[in-house]
Amino acid sequence: MQTSRRDFLKTMGTLTIGFTLPSWVPEADELPGSLQRDPRIRAWLEILENGQIRVFTGKMELGQGIRTAVAQVAAEELSLPLSQVEVVMADTDRTPDESYTAGSASIENSAMAVRYAAAAARQKLLELAAKQWRKPVEELQFAAGTIRWKNKQISWKELLNGKQLQDEVRGNVALKPKGQYQLVGKPMPRPEINRMVRAETWFIQDLRLPGMVHARMVRPPSYGARLEKLDESAVRKQIPGIQKVVVQGSLVGVIATEEFQAMQAQWTLQESVRWTDVQPLPTGTALVSYLKSLPARIERVHEKGQPTGPTTIKAQYYKPYLMHGSIGPSCAIAWYQKGTLRVWSHSQGVFPLRETLHRLLKLPLDRIHVIGMAGSGCYGHNGADDVAAEAAWLAMAYPEHPIRLQWSRDEEHAWEPYGSAMILEAEARLSTAGRIEQWNYTLWSDTYTARPGGDPANLLLARYLDPPIPKKPASSINGGTIRNSEPYYNIPDIAVDAHQFEGPLRVSSLRALGAFGNVFAIESFMDELAEKARKDPFEFRIMHLEDERAIAVLRRLQELIQNERIKPKEGVGIAFARYKNTAAYCAVAARVRVTGNQIKVMNLWSVIDAGEVINPDGLKNQTEGGLIQAASWTLKEQVQFDAQQITSRDWVSYPIFLMSEIPEVEVVVIDRPQEPVLGAGEAVQGPTAAALANALYRASGKRVRDLPLIPAKLKN
Amino acid sequence: MEATLHLRVNGQSHRLTVDPATPLLYVLRNQLQLNGPKYGCGLQQCGACMVLLDGKAQPSCLIAVETVQKQEITTLEGIAQGTQLHPVQQAFIDEQAAQCGYCLNGMILSAVSLLKENPKPDEAAIREGLERVLCRCGTQSRILRAVKRASH
Ligand code: FES
Ligand code: FES
Repeated sequence: MQTSRRDFLKTMGTLTIGFTLPSWVPEADELPGSLQRDPRIRAWLEILENGQIRVFTGKMELGQGIRTAVAQVAAEELSLPLSQVEVVMADTDRTPDESYTAGSASIENSAMAVRYAAAAARQKLLELAAKQWRKPVEELQFAAGTIRWKNKQISWKELLNGKQLQDEVRGNVALKPKGQYQLVGKPMPRPEINRMVRAETWFIQDLRLPGMVHARMVRPPSYGARLEKLDESAVRKQIPGIQKVVVQGSLVGVIATEEFQAMQAQWTLQESVRWTDVQPLPTGTALVSYLKSLPARIERVHEKGQPTGPTTIKAQYYKPYLMHGSIGPSCAIAWYQKGTLRVWSHSQGVFPLRETLHRLLKLPLDRIHVIGMAGSGCYGHNGADDVAAEAAWLAMAYPEHPIRLQWSRDEEHAWEPYGSAMILEAEARLSTAGRIEQWNYTLWSDTYTARPGGDPANLLLARYLDPPIPKKPASSINGGTIRNSEPYYNIPDIAVDAHQFEGPLRVSSLRALGAFGNVFAIESFMDELAEKARKDPFEFRIMHLEDERAIAVLRRLQELIQNERIKPKEGVGIAFARYKNTAAYCAVAARVRVTGNQIKVMNLWSVIDAGEVINPDGLKNQTEGGLIQAASWTLKEQVQFDAQQITSRDWVSYPIFLMSEIPEVEVVVIDRPQEPVLGAGEAVQGPTAAALANALYRASGKRVRDLPLIPAKLKN
Repeated sequence: MEATLHLRVNGQSHRLTVDPATPLLYVLRNQLQLNGPKYGCGLQQCGACMVLLDGKAQPSCLIAVETVQKQEITTLEGIAQGTQLHPVQQAFIDEQAAQCGYCLNGMILSAVSLLKENPKPDEAAIREGLERVLCRCGTQSRILRAVKRASH
């Protein structure tokens, strides 16, 4: 009953014409998206004096275009041009708390909350005018900034008389019928791109506060090292402008007047500080066997039918540690002024960061204000929260000065939390007709979720404070780790087992989380099974699918590439997944060429169905970028280390795609305006990896099951 | 350690008192408060800090400021003609060639520099001209389209 009511509410906008509505009132937990967190209209939007509106979202703009999508839905419901909508994002004093901007869920949660809040506002404004004029709502006309009846007109501002709407979004919310949309579903340019090309202030890195000073941290040689001796006088003698060296336990920071002074102080201290060194990292044994040998929490995370029979084909796949590798290293500004701490951060979650700082610094919540500002693309949990906490820690030690802390390239590469390495074992049995009868899948991975979320133990600095803040051991298998570990195919007997270890490197959420490794393995294995069953890869997948939308993305992909002429030494591979098995559907094809000692990606194609599309160009941009980023992960990347430390410390030791390596990309969006919106920003990564491995197999005859797909693995 | 230096940036002369060993990037960002050049690696590996030195794209993160006193320095702020955007800037807007946008400074200035030398570059020349600039968001396909558009 609950579900059907909720579904009804979601699609109500398509059913309702005019404003006659069912009489039930939804419960708070039946409201769409983040309205469940805060159902007040005014939490999501304000009507300004000039008839424009200001929308509030707790989500962050990360380059994914959420700012524009949110503005589009609000403008649509209120019949305003897009330029009349201002968007305020992620600010603990101003916006609703929407936790993290993660999991490709911002359209589903934030944009839908704003859509309903805007529709409710429209309705309330109409009701106010109806009351004032004693006319039925049905006779009124709603227009940008005003409401009309015959030749009478009243502005929103006059109706509100200096106040904001006090109502909550409750039942009876009539959405604009989708057939009348002017903005939603149309490609909209993102206004911030105008600011970026003009070098206007947009990034946190560009924020300059009066009296701002510059800080750098001094890092130990390895994860577990402890500070032994630090001689402050040497650095003070050599470098002018040092304002303070802050030391607590093994955590060391330095504050200087000029940025270059802070950098020199960092280098000098890095040279002179003595640490008790440790060699915490495993070398010698192959990483795969080492990881498999670690103690692990083991759980059967999915079971269907009787997956106990013998299997006839088996393969093991490997996904290495990968890094986020933001182009702009993490940065934050913190200012402890008259007992209040203000922090500017590009964290994906300003509210959880505030909670984390509250526990770390023992400051009351209402004394901490975290303001979100765009950073360089982060693709998950990178150094953003760490640098913000370190800046806050420095600000407490050096009050009344705005402190800008900028991580270096070396720090970003070596200290960010990576996406865990994964080992993925798949086995199956085929029927004589070439159908999969049984599927057994086992994965080994560290967790994919270690965001602070209010707990300072997950911050980098927690390890170096005196006493350190101990990390709680994981109490369950992480949902991110097992994301997409269950195949989306119709197979009678399935078992999925997860082994979650605590690996040697610091890890957390990287775009697509476990789905990247899991889909790489599942879709590589599907290709191996198709070959065994002597079936075409498209047909083999389709014969195991029941969901029409899944079949539709594959068919559309098939059409898209059917006229491609494949040259010698080239191969085309395909893959499919539905992200989280509940979000966007995505099929990918790759064309790879193998020549001499080179593997070159020539083309990537993708077909994506994310339900109702708010901004098709935004979705395309995200998907094109996802294809290219995932191709770089797949062909080039793995975090490397020796016994002491991470050795991937810059763009030479951790190379990513260069312009000369970028393939042609083409993305087709299947828009389904009548369907609910589905998260899409992470749909394409897993299928891309498998499509590339499958293409490489066709081009070279060699099945490579270990990422990255480097030429050396084609030998033997 | 500080000295008085003279710089020409975006057509204007500046007299500055700084440590002459300071890399140009930090002088542009901090003393002159310019947003265009960005810190990305400080190692001449990523191109985020690109500026034009006498019209040629160069990373600014390792060049000591004292060595560029005789050169004409142009940043992203200085390539438009008044309110008229440079065709490369306009092309990036038209192609919506950004995700996070952090790499745009390096991409746009590299393209401006390339088109000055070679107004009709082919695909290979465009790729080569932008090879020193990294983009992690995977926006390169749009960036290539934008530079092609600007060269038409
Ligand atoms: S910051 Fe200068 S090249 Fe990276
Ligand atoms: S658009 Fe984000 S780095 Fe290029």
